[in-house]
Amino acid sequence: MQADGGFLNNMRVLLVEDDVDAAHFLEKGLRESGHVVDVAANGVDGLELARGQAYDVAVVDRMLPGLDGLSLVGRLREEGNVTPVLFLSALGEVDDKVKGLKAGGDDYLAKPFAFSELLARMEALVRRRAPESVQTKLTIGALELDRLTRTVTREGKPIDLQPREFLLLEYLMQHGGQVVTRTMLLENVWNYHFDPQTNVIDVHISRLRAKIDKGFAEPLLHTVRGAGYCLRESA
Amino acid sequence: MNLHKLLATSTFRLALVYLAIFATSAFALLAFLYWGTTGFMAAQTDETIEAEITGLAEQYVQTGLPGLRQIILARSAESEVSIYLLANGDRSRIAGNLTTWPEGPPTPNGWIDFLYERPTPNGPVLRPARARRFVLPGNFLLLVGRDIGVRRQVEDRITTALGWAGALTVALGLLGGFLFSRNMVSRLDAINRTSREIMAGDLTRRVPLLGNNDELDELAKSLNSMLDQIERLMASMRDVADNIAHDLRSPLNRLRSRIEMALLHPGDPKAAGEVLEGALVEIDGVITTFNALLLIAEAESGALPETQGDVDLAGALRDIVELYEPVAEAKGLTVQAAAREPMPVTGHGALINQALANLVDNAIKYTPEGGVVRLAAYYDAGHPTISVEDSGPGIPGEDRARVLERFVRLERSRHEPGSGLGLSLVAAVARLHRADLTLGDAGPGLRVTIRFPLPRLSLRGARPSALPAPSAAAQTQSS
Repeated sequence: MQADGGFLNNMRVLLVEDDVDAAHFLEKGLRESGHVVDVAANGVDGLELARGQAYDVAVVDRMLPGLDGLSLVGRLREEGNVTPVLFLSALGEVDDKVKGLKAGGDDYLAKPFAFSELLARMEALVRRRAPESVQTKLTIGALELDRLTRTVTREGKPIDLQPREFLLLEYLMQHGGQVVTRTMLLENVWNYHFDPQTNVIDVHISRLRAKIDKGFAEPLLHTVRGAGYCLRESA
Repeated sequence: MNLHKLLATSTFRLALVYLAIFATSAFALLAFLYWGTTGFMAAQTDETIEAEITGLAEQYVQTGLPGLRQIILARSAESEVSIYLLANGDRSRIAGNLTTWPEGPPTPNGWIDFLYERPTPNGPVLRPARARRFVLPGNFLLLVGRDIGVRRQVEDRITTALGWAGALTVALGLLGGFLFSRNMVSRLDAINRTSREIMAGDLTRRVPLLGNNDELDELAKSLNSMLDQIERLMASMRDVADNIAHDLRSPLNRLRSRIEMALLHPGDPKAAGEVLEGALVEIDGVITTFNALLLIAEAESGALPETQGDVDLAGALRDIVELYEPVAEAKGLTVQAAAREPMPVTGHGALINQALANLVDNAIKYTPEGGVVRLAAYYDAGHPTISVEDSGPGIPGEDRARVLERFVRLERSRHEPGSGLGLSLVAAVARLHRADLTLGDAGPGLRVTIRFPLPRLSLRGARPSALPAPSAAAQTQSS
């Protein structure tokens, strides 16, 4: 999976994964996407690394020899370490997800997952911590979203959006320039944690696209093949 | 059934204990009867004799020996059962109906039990008698007694009767205990035999019923329905395993062929890319199937404390409608939703949402262009209920139970994408919430209702007790 435009570069990533093949593949993929990766094969080593230096994001498998993922993150949080953590787990059940988030995880991805999904979520976690996310006005090119008046304009022309379309656009603009997956949209805009069989998100996106891109020369809302969507100015 | 085993049963031991208690009380009663009758008769005889002696002694004091002799002669003549003997100090007879003084020493009180010869038309017979000796002033001896032959006969009769009664009590008790235990043992044996046969692998065996509705029959019924349930579960597990194997073989086979073909033509990066993309699609399909299976298993396991909470069914329904409405519109369908009042239930929000999504997804998938999908949340006799109705072809009555099973897809839906797990998940979620899932006829189309259990009283505030059914409710056009 090749990084397509919007992906961030140079994240410092801590990967704690005991499955050697999976760890190797993830490390390679992350390096190729321009990130710096440290790998630990068990919980104790992972804790050691996390204590030793600051990471932008930690990707932690839940089932680890020695110290399991939940305990590892629990310890880090007790010690005041706020590095964003993304849990990976073969346990994809609703309960396990809740447990993972309760233990201090920031996101949870069930195996098997698409690499692009992991990358997009990691970037979302890193970006979420950036201070710019509290702005009241979001802009991408000539597209402007005012969170206080809840209005959207492009090149000064008002765009009329339904409440959910507004939320959808707001999320896309918050993660402007970043790839956002369908699952991320479903989770963050609709607050659904399931896999809709029909691709409902695509229909919502095409409605939104019709409203913000139609009649303008340059499209802002792009489909990233095999990954999701990205709101950005064309390069 | 051998005797040893019978005697070792708890039933037989219990019967023995009851027999012992019953026999003791029966013997106590019989003893009381015995002493009450024979004792009373004996005491009465003794009292009469003593009274007579006292009378005769007084007579002697007043009238002397001749007077006493006179009376004794008179009484001897008139009574059949009374015995009199007046004798000198050397026991030689003066008067009375007894010829000789009886043998044997008297008791300290002067009582003597003896046999005497009584003349009858057929010659003399020996008969038992009881008498008391009294020494009169002047060293005369007076003996007054009664023939106790009749009394002895009565006593014998009573003793015999009591003996038989006692023996009968014990015999009947033992026999009863025996029969009772044998009955018990044979019925428990039937249960044991059935269990062993089932353990040996024959799950179709059932415990025989007597049909008398006693507690053993009740036990047998419970065991049988448990076995029915287990057999059903086993069968469904077998089916699921078969279906998983079958459903996964096809995509794996396609995957294998694609990769094989790509290997046959190396050095064509474009073809290789296409193969890999196709492989990814196949694998995603398999993963989706597995995820759905896991979710169903999760809902069926029933233990999900972490995610249980208050869920507003009406809100959930509106949100799902909002999510799917553009899809429906793109297909030229109208979506109508009637869900205004908040409708709280205790449950698992994520699973309920998934179930609703599956229902709406199905409704949209199977309704032809221009059709209508109707959703409603309402109270049915107090039960929070949601319904999803479409104007598609519906599901024939005979297939409605079948489509809830995993991997079952009806012939006409084969061409539609899907895993055959959507409705299975809905069924599992309904079971998890103890809700009734009904597939009905919307005439035309399918009408699915999920009727949740009555809300607990602790739930907030008043709620409308019975909103009209959705067909009568004013529907709000959601689009």
